[in-house]
Amino acid sequence: MHHFTPIQSLIGGALLGLGAALLLLLNGRVAGISGIFSGLLLPARGEFAWRALFIAGVMCGGLLVGSLRPELFGNSLPRSNVAVVAAGILVGFGSRLANGCTSGHGLCGVSRRSTRSLAATMTFMATGIATAFLIRHAFGGAL
Amino acid sequence: MKRKVAALVAGLLFGAGLAISGLTQPSKIFGFLDVSGEFDASLLIAMVGGLAVLWVAQRIARRAGAPLFADRFPVYERTRVDRRLLGGAALFGVGWALAGICPGPALASFAFAMPAALLFVPAMATGMLAVTAWDGLRRPG
Repeated sequence: MHHFTPIQSLIGGALLGLGAALLLLLNGRVAGISGIFSGLLLPARGEFAWRALFIAGVMCGGLLVGSLRPELFGNSLPRSNVAVVAAGILVGFGSRLANGCTSGHGLCGVSRRSTRSLAATMTFMATGIATAFLIRHAFGGAL
Repeated sequence: MKRKVAALVAGLLFGAGLAISGLTQPSKIFGFLDVSGEFDASLLIAMVGGLAVLWVAQRIARRAGAPLFADRFPVYERTRVDRRLLGGAALFGVGWALAGICPGPALASFAFAMPAALLFVPAMATGMLAVTAWDGLRRPG
């Protein structure tokens, strides 16, 4: 069951775009979540505080909305724990190799018409769609 | 101090936007990627909203000499579309479709104690560190 939520998704998208825009225009930083988060794991000097605060903001912003509307957070997933762990490793590994994920390439990079980001976005959309197709038709929608 | 407050506020808006747009619901990611099933275009609409705001911001950045609280705007050193970029993005897409979770929603859902996110985030951190380790092995010193 999927409910198309165009107005809500447009407002949410604009809000997260605004967050990314502020980080760019105020601090001169790209709001790429994978890059900011990975920089927390082995932090360079002077690179810890702002990253930690941005990530804390993402978590608290989500929590704030979730406390008012808990249904906005998925709870059960038609996936086994093994599939979730494999997915996490692939997402972490892939985003560092590509130097960006849905936010850094898909939003920040595409909005400045970067060829690299456009290529990365089209690639992960393509393999994502192919994987979803495979899961539905070869595994019956659960894994 | 100004920069730290700005980072926190930017994060808050980003996280709230993630949840409102529907990105913290894996079912909506599945709905978007599963074009042969019950397609749900909400994520596409969220991207349009985010891109519209950022498009304006990038224009402002191009005209302004420097950000308000820092010395300069990002310098994008890499310009080539290479195997590393495309291979990484390809793996990322597979993982994204596998769990319906990407890094931003993963962190927000982790804070919300969503069971899958509690597994996903440590796995993601491991994958990230693996790239650092791999690069270190290939380029010693």
